[in-house]
Amino acid sequence: MILDSKIPAGPLSEKWTQHKFNSKLVNPANKRKYEVIVVGTGLAGASAAASLAELGYNVKAFCFQDSPRRAHSIAAQGGINAAKNYQNDGDSVFRLFYDTIKGGDYRAREANVYRLAEVSVNIIDQCVAQGVPFAREYGGLLANRSFGGAQVSRTFYARGQTGQQLLLGAYSALSRQVANGKVKLYPRTEMMDLVVVDGHARGIVTRNLITGAVESHAAHAVLLCTGGYGNVFFLSTNAMGSNVTAAWRAHKRGAYFANPCYTQIHPTCIPVSGDHQSKLTLMSESLRNDGRVWVPATKETAEKLRKGEIKANDIADKDRDYYLERKYPSFGNLVPRDVASRNAKYVCDEGRGVNETGEAVFLDFRDAIKRDGEETIRAKYGNLFDMYQQITGENPYQVPMMIYPAVHYTMGGLWVDYNLMTTVPGLYALGEANFSDHGANRLGASALMQGLADGYFVIPYTIGDYLAQIGPKPVDANHPEFQKATNQVKDRINQLLNIKGSKSVDYFHKKLGKIMWDECGMARTAEGLKKAKAEIKALRVEFWKDVRVLGDNEELNQSLEKAHRVADFLELGELMIDDALNREESCGGHFREEYQTPEGEALRDDENFAYVAAWKYTGENQEEELHKEPLEFENVKLTQRSYK
Amino acid sequence: MKLTLKIWRQKNNADQGGFVSYPIDGISKDMSFLEMLDVLNEELSNQGEDPVHFDHDCREGICGMCSLYINGKPHGPQQTTTCQLHMRSFHDGDTITIEPWRAKAFPVVKDLVVDRSAFDRIIQAGGYVSVNTGGVPDANEIPIPKRIADEAFDAATCIGCGACVAACKNASAMLFVSAKISQLAMLPQGQVERKERAEKMIAQMDSEGFGACTNTGACSAECPKGISLTNIARMNREYFSAVVSSENV
Amino acid sequence: MSWVTKTLSSTLGRKLIMALTGLFLILFLMGHVSGNLLLLKGDEGKSFNIYAEFMTTNPAVKLLSYLTYISVIGHVIYSILLSRKNKAARPIGYAESRASTNSSFSSRNMGILGTLILIFLVVHLQNFWYQMHWGEIPTVTYDGETYKDLFSIVSFSFQNELLVIGYVVAMGFLAFHLSHGFASAFQTLGLNHKKYSPAIQTVGKIYCVAVPALFAFMPLYIYFTS
Repeated sequence: MILDSKIPAGPLSEKWTQHKFNSKLVNPANKRKYEVIVVGTGLAGASAAASLAELGYNVKAFCFQDSPRRAHSIAAQGGINAAKNYQNDGDSVFRLFYDTIKGGDYRAREANVYRLAEVSVNIIDQCVAQGVPFAREYGGLLANRSFGGAQVSRTFYARGQTGQQLLLGAYSALSRQVANGKVKLYPRTEMMDLVVVDGHARGIVTRNLITGAVESHAAHAVLLCTGGYGNVFFLSTNAMGSNVTAAWRAHKRGAYFANPCYTQIHPTCIPVSGDHQSKLTLMSESLRNDGRVWVPATKETAEKLRKGEIKANDIADKDRDYYLERKYPSFGNLVPRDVASRNAKYVCDEGRGVNETGEAVFLDFRDAIKRDGEETIRAKYGNLFDMYQQITGENPYQVPMMIYPAVHYTMGGLWVDYNLMTTVPGLYALGEANFSDHGANRLGASALMQGLADGYFVIPYTIGDYLAQIGPKPVDANHPEFQKATNQVKDRINQLLNIKGSKSVDYFHKKLGKIMWDECGMARTAEGLKKAKAEIKALRVEFWKDVRVLGDNEELNQSLEKAHRVADFLELGELMIDDALNREESCGGHFREEYQTPEGEALRDDENFAYVAAWKYTGENQEEELHKEPLEFENVKLTQRSYK
Repeated sequence: MKLTLKIWRQKNNADQGGFVSYPIDGISKDMSFLEMLDVLNEELSNQGEDPVHFDHDCREGICGMCSLYINGKPHGPQQTTTCQLHMRSFHDGDTITIEPWRAKAFPVVKDLVVDRSAFDRIIQAGGYVSVNTGGVPDANEIPIPKRIADEAFDAATCIGCGACVAACKNASAMLFVSAKISQLAMLPQGQVERKERAEKMIAQMDSEGFGACTNTGACSAECPKGISLTNIARMNREYFSAVVSSENV
Repeated sequence: MSWVTKTLSSTLGRKLIMALTGLFLILFLMGHVSGNLLLLKGDEGKSFNIYAEFMTTNPAVKLLSYLTYISVIGHVIYSILLSRKNKAARPIGYAESRASTNSSFSSRNMGILGTLILIFLVVHLQNFWYQMHWGEIPTVTYDGETYKDLFSIVSFSFQNELLVIGYVVAMGFLAFHLSHGFASAFQTLGLNHKKYSPAIQTVGKIYCVAVPALFAFMPLYIYFTS
């Protein structure tokens, strides 16, 4: 199949306007005859469900949490980018577009990214109108900050809780439509499968997490707004419930999965403290503005430190290695996320890690406190320092913080065209669940922007084009495909419950996570990836033989929920490895050790790999089939990043 | 650390439920409270016993999904969410009592899991500004004094966990409801529907079966986000002036 | 339901009634305590008896006294309505509760304190109010006018140690009740302001100690001086 991205012709800045004009419209009186299913109620899902309901479509919104307001978008801290140029510092739609393309290491579509930058300005207007309390200046106008190394101040924020405020805004819009009767809400309901009829997505199969009831829902279109798959690594900054199941089920029903190997590892997370660790907590990377990253210069000193024989503050400056400042004199501690993360891994691999597990580096504010005073540092980072102390029990004003990289975001996802439609007609993917806008690396404050852009301002236009074409004829919920898919889900539940093996679901999840983190994490090699692939295959076999899922289906059963999710992660993991093996270059979040510059930087291969790798599912335990969508760059010049 | 956990077990809403004690060993002080429960569940699971069900998701103190009434206090001894509570707040040999949120409006689903959809219904009754997507003015069109924006933000930080209801001797939801009413009453964007919002949200709150406010201040003292009682006073003002001046007979 | 009944049956409406009646009773107590100070004047009860006569006959005062009765009855009825709703809001209680770490004793026990005060009130009304209105009461003559000698009833009553102790203890309950009720009423009315709330708190604290203390002082004074 040739992947048709449906990118409109014409100059970059007019593509979206033209496309909106060329899209078919659904007659207002007919809109109420259409049903749309939205899975997931984060920024993308809530905004899409609300906007579509406002237009008059009948929407069913599903989430596995007890309330739509709890979707993991809520945890985003830093902010949301928009090309408002309120600060008069030279920002523009084109500059935001350019920064995003470049930040993504030239592995995203120009047209999508430009559209993202274009609608970014509307998002801020929309959120303010909903009553989102963004930070403001004394004059009453909106405040901005520069974020993630951007040269302009274009990030809008609400203290360190921007995601929360934006999500509550979208949730309130969604709630209004629930009250209007245009959205029917299904909380604590998980999508278990997609129903495809005659090649078109026509519904989903769900499991009610409280009663265990397996049901199907029919609709004219299905929107997957189900977030990323970072939990394949077991430990990540994702919420415990974040999973790939909805996207993976859709993949197995024909939706191609694009660039699964692109994962973002965030450098400033609180390190793992032991085997009990269930999740990792991110701290804003703004900390690197004042904190200095270091490890002991020698392995011996590090060992003493780990044994508790010496304290960090006892180590003299000459025995410290401020490795980022040493290797990247011009950017120092402010190198991009991937570079900072990888270097932390290198020094820890050398045995110079600083906590008990040997996987942590220092982020030291001693010099900043000496220079600016404790009060200034407190004013800037007080809440982060408090959070750190809450979790670790150490006072970062007195001892250096310890940090380590953690999986944070997945740029890969379901392949979508310019309309956000997957390779299954009628099935859309929005937000982190799709692959489209961030290329191989996402810039800070861009995830919130993309989720809301897709939900508020893209899908309401593009879905109309499809719906108008298929017409408002009701979808036959009695089509045999619905019963078939429902039965398959029930069979799988029974299968899981009847294995009655000896190992818990978490046992497998942790094992998978370790394989993925070691071989498909910050740095990857062909050899390691091949080894990991074999290990995952074996683990998957073991899972289906020996997993123990207690309880029944007909009740709230958290181990059963987890078992479903982990079973899908076990399949996704292998595809990520295939993708990482296939991509014989280093770009953004994907670093293959074989492909680096003499200075140890990522070495892209634009000649051979400037394409989107979209994978087609071919059957149980079959190798997936690679389809390439070439990326064409007409408006930007491809350059190599350098932070020396 | 060695602990005894006294946990409320209840198979489903119809079940009567009761406390079950579990001894647990090998708990490190660096564990979060929920990780300690993970350890217990792994053990229970290995013994073929149904794990203890509890709500949790982000585990970084912002989604509001985790609950638990620990040793007589919502979210335990610290003023934070249960997921941010760490075992260093406890001592070796402690007995820890863990109960679900108790309120008529929060029926128990299973074990420590309760149904908080009453909060969603209160928001659906009016916790929004009725603007459709698109067609809104520029974000900088209406300046908002920083103090007002900050105060609205303080109210908006509510995570909807329900600790206020759990802490209140009357199982009252006033702090939650007042936080939302306050946020929108302070901002210019919320003015248009101000009166109607207060009336509708409070009517919904009452119909859900939450209790009244005795101004004990327990809600605010236990709120992981420190939402202030000022909001409840503001809600009272909003409501009284709304019922007196609105056209709803 | 009309909007008035709807409002007054809402939790906030009921709280409003509690606050308004409570505040009125706080005003009443102010008047009551200042009038009663005449007991301490040392003129064999002359001023007190003239004052008592005035209080039972003056039409304006009569109107106020009806308002007081209504307030007491309203305060009691609505507290019962609210308590029932509050009880129903938590059908299953906690096995363990450390409420003392998050709220004051008085705030959590307003109902119990109120009930104790109500019991006191019944006794108190029977002791004096009933006597004054319908009881057999001696009379005295000042400047040719005949007055009911309530003072003698008071002086006689407070020879009884048990009654004195009862009164003093009851004033303790009143103090606790007011220590929360005073500021709480303002909060319920929505009067929470950075500038004025600290003043309300302070006045409340002074009031809840001073007024019950003065009331308690009277029986003690009479007991020990006569």
